[in-house]
Amino acid sequence: MIRTAFRCILSFALLSGTSFLWAATPTPQPVVAGEELLSTGNAIGEYGGRLVVALRAEPKTFNPLNAIDQPSRDIIGRMSSDLLHIHAISQQTVPALAKSWKVSPDGLKYTLTLRRGLRFSDGHPFSADDVVFTFRLHLDEKVHSPQRDLLVIGGRPIAVKKLNASTVEFQLAKPYAAAERIFDSIAILPQHLLAKAYQGGKVSEMWSLNSSPGDIAGMGPFRLKEYIPGQQLVLERNPYFWKVDQKKRRLPYLDQLVFLFVPSEDAQVLRFQGGETDLLSRMSAENYAVLEKDQQAKAFQLQDVGPSLEFNFLFFNLNSVLPKDSLELQRKQSWFQQVAFRQAVSSAIDRSGIIRLVYRDRATPLWFHVTPANKLWLNATIPQPPRSVAHARELLKAAGFTWKDDGSLLDATGNAVEFSIVTSASNAQRTKMATIIQDDLKEIGIKVNVVPLEFKAVLDRVFQTHNYEAAILALGGGDVDPNPQMNVWMSSGSSHVWDLGETKPATTWEAEIDRLMSLQLSTVRPKERKKLYDSVQTIVADKLPIICLASPNLLVGAKKSIGNFQPAILDHATLWNAEQLYLKK
Amino acid sequence: MTSTFKLRLVVALLIAMHGIIAFGGFFAPYDAIAQNRDFPYAAPMRLHLVDPVYGWSWRPFVYGLKEVSGNLETYEEDTTQRYPLQFFVRGRSYSIAGVFSSNLHLFGVSEPARVFLLGADGLGRDQFSRLLVGGQISLLAGILATILSLLIGTAMGAAAGFFGKWADGPVMRLTDLFLALPWLYLLLAVRAFLPLSITPVSAFLLIIIVIGFVGWARPARLVRGVVLSARERRFVTAALGFGATPWYLLKRHILPQAGYVLLIQAAVLIPQYVLAEVTLSFVGLGVAEPVPSWGNMLANLQQYHVLVSYWWMYLPALALVPVSLGYFLLANSFQERAATSAL
Repeated sequence: MIRTAFRCILSFALLSGTSFLWAATPTPQPVVAGEELLSTGNAIGEYGGRLVVALRAEPKTFNPLNAIDQPSRDIIGRMSSDLLHIHAISQQTVPALAKSWKVSPDGLKYTLTLRRGLRFSDGHPFSADDVVFTFRLHLDEKVHSPQRDLLVIGGRPIAVKKLNASTVEFQLAKPYAAAERIFDSIAILPQHLLAKAYQGGKVSEMWSLNSSPGDIAGMGPFRLKEYIPGQQLVLERNPYFWKVDQKKRRLPYLDQLVFLFVPSEDAQVLRFQGGETDLLSRMSAENYAVLEKDQQAKAFQLQDVGPSLEFNFLFFNLNSVLPKDSLELQRKQSWFQQVAFRQAVSSAIDRSGIIRLVYRDRATPLWFHVTPANKLWLNATIPQPPRSVAHARELLKAAGFTWKDDGSLLDATGNAVEFSIVTSASNAQRTKMATIIQDDLKEIGIKVNVVPLEFKAVLDRVFQTHNYEAAILALGGGDVDPNPQMNVWMSSGSSHVWDLGETKPATTWEAEIDRLMSLQLSTVRPKERKKLYDSVQTIVADKLPIICLASPNLLVGAKKSIGNFQPAILDHATLWNAEQLYLKK
Repeated sequence: MTSTFKLRLVVALLIAMHGIIAFGGFFAPYDAIAQNRDFPYAAPMRLHLVDPVYGWSWRPFVYGLKEVSGNLETYEEDTTQRYPLQFFVRGRSYSIAGVFSSNLHLFGVSEPARVFLLGADGLGRDQFSRLLVGGQISLLAGILATILSLLIGTAMGAAAGFFGKWADGPVMRLTDLFLALPWLYLLLAVRAFLPLSITPVSAFLLIIIVIGFVGWARPARLVRGVVLSARERRFVTAALGFGATPWYLLKRHILPQAGYVLLIQAAVLIPQYVLAEVTLSFVGLGVAEPVPSWGNMLANLQQYHVLVSYWWMYLPALALVPVSLGYFLLANSFQERAATSAL
């Protein structure tokens, strides 16, 4: 009996051993004639190895149709490809699954020519049908794709038509500026795997975390191999990927890409320092300084990529819809709504102090939301006045504020000016910024209370209950183009943080921003668009709906043994060229 | 060493420690919340007596600080100019126990130099001044919370012990419950239910109330024991025979016997409650920035770079050692005296 059991276990072990060998990482498929592959210009690497990267949280789904959280998007981004792609370094649109595109003279029709002979990661051929299918899914209201809004232009969804096996036509209702950019990050989905679920109305439930890797396929450089909740996620090479290097060898070079779930930045830094992970996609300037000391002894390199697209800002609660019994908040809004008050606050803030103390000089002070990283769109003519407490006092005085003998500021009705700033408690940098602002505003007689809350509680107060006085948040552009920020600047936008749910613009300047943003959206000529967006920046810098503070530099690290490591300010900072990364031997 | 001498020594030490902290405004050269944005994370400064050019000086002096170029947050002494330490200088005003106000400081140096005896934090705030002012909050919270929990504990314990039966059962079951609760998590839970955006003063009071209310069970049990045994003593039954009221009995005959028990309890509880405040502030549920407390000063250590780069940020933890030790020695001395007086 025991012997039989032992024999069973042994044979099982042998079997699993063989299956392990059999399931080893697939080798890249040889390039065959007729495949229209994209040749990259990167340095030629070597095949093999695994790259270990830390991820802040576990993904919530593998389904591009309903992924909104960053970890899911980071993973899906490695497993899928788009028709046209915004190049992370040049920030320009470049061909991807479509080898070329044509725009009709009226700017309404985009014709994309697809590469021929490509295959999904499960080996199934890719065709124009998959493209039409993908867009049909995204545009179907029942699917609730978060990207649907991007594909509705002038109030009407884009019309997608297959012209032949490798040509697809996209018809827009209205001219749309830089429309080719909307194809970026729309993952092309395999019709052969999802059509049935779509017909059954269950496509959103597909590709959940419980799905078997065999049921998931994409056009990205990697495909899912294994997901162990709470531990790690392993992607393996897609043997059919559509890019080759200069020697016509199929990419990616890496056998595997492993994501570990490491919840805090400090823990990620520790793992990187200990050599457990190979890349560090983002770190604070303080941690950069800590690692810098180790740089020589341990074989890793750190890189300050320069200004990022992220902008940190302070803003006041200007919502017209407020929680019940918020008389005090309403009273305080009478200050917040005054442009002069906001200008005075902005003028009293020591931005250089923030840069120095919070970011150890690895950041850029900001007076409006476009950072120097966005070279194409920055309005460089906007003045950047240095801190001036005297100017702040003048502004307040002119607006009817007075000072008590002890220096505290009083409003026109004799009430002391005091407000609280909510910040994310887990973000030490933002709390530090709030403490600096607290000290700065004391000089003009304003008493500020800093209230660090859990990040979700901050978001809840800002976006749901509107129960806050002022807050510090950060936004980071996924793109340099102004279009993805429509929801921030349009008064009806879902991220119009200072006043959400406006039925009509609350002020004339908000109406003007609405007009300019709508106009730039339908203006095709880049120069005219730039002019319009310059005006938006001027208004923001002057009326200060958000008081911009600083843009941190993008700081990354990688083991020296990683070849083709080329960090970029656009997402994903270090893995955007994952297919080109290789391990030097 | 006789027990009286030991007790006196311990009390003298504790008084000195508390005195320095209570008069922290006088001993601290700077305002605890004043930022020096040119000197984040400046290391503790050296007090010099000898200068290579001027030689020996009776008055300690410091050199100005300058940042090592290209090396942020690393400072070196600018030996071109000395800044002698001045005593009894006028500076920014402070209040002592919220009653007296003064602007006299024990020592200071003339601007633009700074004297950071224990270094500076990330906003260039003087760590020595913060330690003293933070100590006021942490110690006062410990002492007030102890008084509160002893008051509640004594009232509950006396009621349970003296009235027996109907009072004893429920009160003792309640103490069982409170003793069984994991107090740290209870504190966290209680604090989390209260509003988060409150002023430092109300946060301070809240901490005291929360700690005091959670901690009454142990003193209540001890007092109950003392009252139970005292109630049966002959002079008590005699007084009862003479028609003494329960209140008189408690006040005159029974509670005085609990004196040492309460003193020992106080000496044990104060450091525990100081630690409770430190813990609450450490996890961000106590007194908020910019007002210092030992807990929120230590909270900086939650950041990896602080943990590995700036040893002087640990100092508030070090300050807890003499406080705890002092009170434990005090409790010990009390216990010895209680034992001798019982003989």
